[in-house]
Amino acid sequence: MKALPWRWVLPPLLLVGLVALLLTVSPARLLNLNAPPLESLIVERTVLNDQGITLKVRAEGSEPMTIAQVQVDGAYWAFTQQPPGPIRRLATATVQIPYPWVEGEAHHVQFLTNTGVIVAHPIDVALPTPALSLATLLGYGWLGLYVGLVPVGLGMLCYPYLKVLGQRGLTFVLTLTLGMLAFLLVDTLQEGLELAGKAAIAFQGQALVWFAATVACLALFAVGRRQGKPPEGAALSTYMALGIGLHNLGEGLAIGTAFALGEIALGSFLVIGFTLHNLTEGLGIVAPLLKQKLRWKTCVALAALAGLPAVVGLWVGALAFSPHWAALFLGVGAGAILQVIVELSTYLQRQFHQSKLSGLAGLGLAGFTTGLLVMYSTALLVKF
Amino acid sequence: MDWHVQRRSLLGAGLLGAGTWLGQRFAPTVLAQDHALAPPHQGMTTLGEVDHIKNGFDPHALLTQWDGGEVSQLPNGQRLREYDITAIEREIEVAPGVFYPAWTYNGQVPGPTIRVTEGDRVRISFTNQGTHLHTLHFHGIHGARQDGIPGVMEAAPGQAVTYEFDAKPFGCHLYHCHSVPFKRHLHKGLYGAFIVDPDPQRHPDQVAAARSRLLGSSENQRWQELLMVMNAFDTNFDEENEVYAVNSIPHAYMKQPIRIERDRPVRVYLINVTEFDPINSFHLHANFFDYYDHGTTLTPTSRTVDTVMLCQGQRGIIECSFADFDPGLYMFHAHQAEFAELGWMSAFEVVA
Repeated sequence: MKALPWRWVLPPLLLVGLVALLLTVSPARLLNLNAPPLESLIVERTVLNDQGITLKVRAEGSEPMTIAQVQVDGAYWAFTQQPPGPIRRLATATVQIPYPWVEGEAHHVQFLTNTGVIVAHPIDVALPTPALSLATLLGYGWLGLYVGLVPVGLGMLCYPYLKVLGQRGLTFVLTLTLGMLAFLLVDTLQEGLELAGKAAIAFQGQALVWFAATVACLALFAVGRRQGKPPEGAALSTYMALGIGLHNLGEGLAIGTAFALGEIALGSFLVIGFTLHNLTEGLGIVAPLLKQKLRWKTCVALAALAGLPAVVGLWVGALAFSPHWAALFLGVGAGAILQVIVELSTYLQRQFHQSKLSGLAGLGLAGFTTGLLVMYSTALLVKF
Repeated sequence: MDWHVQRRSLLGAGLLGAGTWLGQRFAPTVLAQDHALAPPHQGMTTLGEVDHIKNGFDPHALLTQWDGGEVSQLPNGQRLREYDITAIEREIEVAPGVFYPAWTYNGQVPGPTIRVTEGDRVRISFTNQGTHLHTLHFHGIHGARQDGIPGVMEAAPGQAVTYEFDAKPFGCHLYHCHSVPFKRHLHKGLYGAFIVDPDPQRHPDQVAAARSRLLGSSENQRWQELLMVMNAFDTNFDEENEVYAVNSIPHAYMKQPIRIERDRPVRVYLINVTEFDPINSFHLHANFFDYYDHGTTLTPTSRTVDTVMLCQGQRGIIECSFADFDPGLYMFHAHQAEFAELGWMSAFEVVA
């Protein structure tokens, strides 16, 4: 057997040696610095029930963190922690406090660490957290159908109206769809970045959103063009339904979480808002299909792909929410929408080239702006 | 916000027709879950126990740890009491599992309880083993050169100074560091009790009252005397206290109540050194007491009260009796519920 040349062995050896050196001699000690460890704790999930308050916490201190005491509303309370003891960096623990919380009112939880640092966790409106049960799943599922499937389906039912449109009308509808997608892209990114801010800093939530968006967009692009040409017709509609579906997943997550935390009062007004808001999405999905015969099966499948993720989102948001996972999904959603925007634009560009009609650019701009405006104005009903 | 109504209005909207029957079937159970509160319990407390041995001071011992100093007689016949006090920076456990970088006198917070008699000469050799300037500033009557303020009898790190003065007036007083920044030097733990017992010979009209206060006299031995320094700790240095207590350890006298013999009267030397909060208070359950503001009188300044309010640095003497009371737990605490819930909650266990 031939001996390995030294230049293959040296880098790993040096690395191991360096790590060993740093672990034995802290570089801070060379500077004679004795800074206290960084302590940070985030609450990823709050559960309120008849047992009191249960919090899932994730530590992100530079060293394992110890929760020494817990205050609720400025009073010390006994608590149990599972698993007990110091919480390692990025590990989670569940803290249960038998606190008689008051429905509809605010509470303020504070963790006191062994070094005397306070980590605060406000509960803005205390409401019983839905427990996992068939009834809860059905209830939230039903809400998800209202927010996702129903409006998308209704939008798609406008297909006959679109079918009678001429070339100009079609261009208008397609550019309107483009405007709608542009709105969804910004909206999804914003939602994702906002959620990323609630995740542990170490997870680099905002970077996660951008990376997920980029990778998802490129992957869908590659899949969509695996036969060498851009998707059209049913394929384009499918990608659009996928992108919109991922956006609706994020929307479901946001509503489910906010609902469970009592952050939004979901009255009928808000549901009407979501229906109007998402109606345009259904319109967009069928727009690329106007030149071909539409089968019911395709139609149902597309509606399900675009609308049902809202149901999943609501379930997850209400029952098993984690901000970093939600941010990641919204990043993927943004990427999927971007891919559809690119493909739809490519498709429109080809249409413009082939068409003999004049003034299409102005019409396109009008359509795009209208799409944005419709989405923006219906969002006025649902943004809080 | 009424959850039930919100939910019904949502589903009852019957926006798309089909919703109504499903809504009726699931709405009541889905989100408006039966929410019965947990039964009353004893959950409101700090969790665990402070290691008093490692801390170097025990709040139960502090209650009665009177330090008379090294006693001798001056050539003029005056009694001399000598003390050694050292400023030491050390970490102490201020609540179970919570460690605080304290500044201490002789390693404990509050510092040693200096208890002397009116007219005694007090000589204190003060050594600063810390890394900042420190002083001993006594609340009492003394000359300006003994005041222990910045620039006057202030000990630099590693240095020692000696304070000397006659103990007066009689009463319940305190000493603390007066170096700047003032707040920080106080709330880090540099304070202690300075109790001056009245000399009965100087109060011929109230000999009996004076003798009952004089530590060691036969009249005094009937009394159950307790030191209570109301203090607090700002563990995260945001100028608000996280921990409130008497004698530093929150809930110490709740987890292990102070044993009181029913037929012997109780006297509490109460001192407020709480920083940041302008006032603190003492409230006794199921009983009333006489109160001597600053302890500088032999007749009460308030009679038959159950709550007194003390500003920062204020102190006084509480006298009460549990004679003929039912044996059992009698709570006492700050009547600021905030302080009580953050640790300043205590109880006497009255035994027959």
